[in-house]
Amino acid sequence: MRNEWLKPAVFLLCLSPLMVLGWQLYAGLLGANPIDEVADSTGAWTLRFLLITLLATPLRRYFGWGWAIRMRRMLGLYAFFYATLHLLTYLWLDQFFDWGEIWLDVLDRPFITVGMLAFVLLLPLAATSNRYMVRRLGRGWKRLHRLAYVIPALGVLHFWWLVKADVLEPLVYGVLLAALLASRIQAGRRRRAGSAVREGCIS
Amino acid sequence: MLIKTPTDLSESDVTPYEIYRQRRRFLQSGLAIAGAAIGGSLLSRDASARLELDRVKPGPYSADEEKTSYEDITSYNNFYEFGVDKSDPARHAHKLVTDPWSVTVTGEVEKPATCTLEDILRPHALEERIYRLRCVEGWSMVIPWVGFPLADLIKRFQPTSKAKYVEFETLYDKKQMPGQRRRVLDWPYREGLRMDEAMHPLTLVAVGLYGKELPNQNGAPLRLVVPWKYGFKSIKSIVKIRFRETQPTSSWTRAAPREYGFYSNVNPNVSHPRWSQKRERRIGEFLKRKTLMFNGYGEQVASLYTGMDLKKYF
Repeated sequence: MRNEWLKPAVFLLCLSPLMVLGWQLYAGLLGANPIDEVADSTGAWTLRFLLITLLATPLRRYFGWGWAIRMRRMLGLYAFFYATLHLLTYLWLDQFFDWGEIWLDVLDRPFITVGMLAFVLLLPLAATSNRYMVRRLGRGWKRLHRLAYVIPALGVLHFWWLVKADVLEPLVYGVLLAALLASRIQAGRRRRAGSAVREGCIS
Repeated sequence: MLIKTPTDLSESDVTPYEIYRQRRRFLQSGLAIAGAAIGGSLLSRDASARLELDRVKPGPYSADEEKTSYEDITSYNNFYEFGVDKSDPARHAHKLVTDPWSVTVTGEVEKPATCTLEDILRPHALEERIYRLRCVEGWSMVIPWVGFPLADLIKRFQPTSKAKYVEFETLYDKKQMPGQRRRVLDWPYREGLRMDEAMHPLTLVAVGLYGKELPNQNGAPLRLVVPWKYGFKSIKSIVKIRFRETQPTSSWTRAAPREYGFYSNVNPNVSHPRWSQKRERRIGEFLKRKTLMFNGYGEQVASLYTGMDLKKYF
């Protein structure tokens, strides 16, 4: 299947949350506290894209949708893109680049510590997402990019520690993440079992 | 020929609120007479008829700051009884029926009673108080409340010498308050004050906002306003008042005792365990402001807490 329009279409689709947010901001549709809305929205889309990125492998495995894998890098980079916007919202519109305060926040506020850690861990993944680095790192690349399982977990924790009383929303993300990770563990087990049988045949 | 489209309407083309109110009152009285004539007085039951808002006098302690817009005050707030999003109260509060309304007063008082809202309001002259409101989440507003001092209400029930605290309770009715279908908090919502805090002249029973009756989403028909404490202390839609010898446990304290103390005075030096309280975003402003001790009411209330370690009694 060679759909040349697919990648640009997915690209635009992934950009649409930002375009909608930009429009709402411009048109004054974000209510009384638009800055909080921007922070919430960019944070939520970061988490969503982290999970959508993890969806690519199971889509291929269970439905044979190979095109999903071809989208994976772009989806991951979109997660990084929204994470950057989310972080910038905090640094600029929440703290106004008061680095002393920001540092105190990172040290004292567990939810900020975890969020910042998640962003720092995203950096090497974004930096090594190009073809050259994939080739250069070889097996190490795969190992490094297993961070893609850890980062959304930190994201869920970041969200969980932020809400005041109602954990329903972070819980939903947590359950989705657990399902995505479970599908990998199951597939890994099956693979090992399969290879053991094959080895048995050979010997 | 010029054709006027609806967008040509300016603010002044809209019926001024007072005239609207007068018309309404005229209609209501007409309906009431008609209703009485056919043997029923139900038609006169309307919350707006219960408040004499045209006789509101400016009260003391008002902040000389730019007021937050009516639109923002009534569309952005926390009222978990209607949902946890800040737009939920405005969306769902129409389900709340505020007429008839009654308040039960019990506990350490000489005159326990169950009063209708009309009974509660009758002896009190309404005044406007423009207060700062600081939410524990880090945003703030300036709100022109209409109400009367809580102290004046309390005196009517003659608390005994055992009354050291007063506890308030919000209506608990899942049909009217759909947010209560989920146990986000241990319903009904409860709040409490020490007696001297409750009797303080700043502490207000609010029944109106911007010279109009209180919209449901802001805690109609009557709510507490304690301007030197975080917003959640100012309990909404009150149905019970109980005078107690022992300190009551507030709903938020019950939910997270490490995060929300009984006092919950606005204090920039005591952080919420998860975020700083040093600054706040005034709704409608871009840059953040420094949060003031006791929300800027230190001159009036600091003496209530002399000798207390406010880090311990947060």
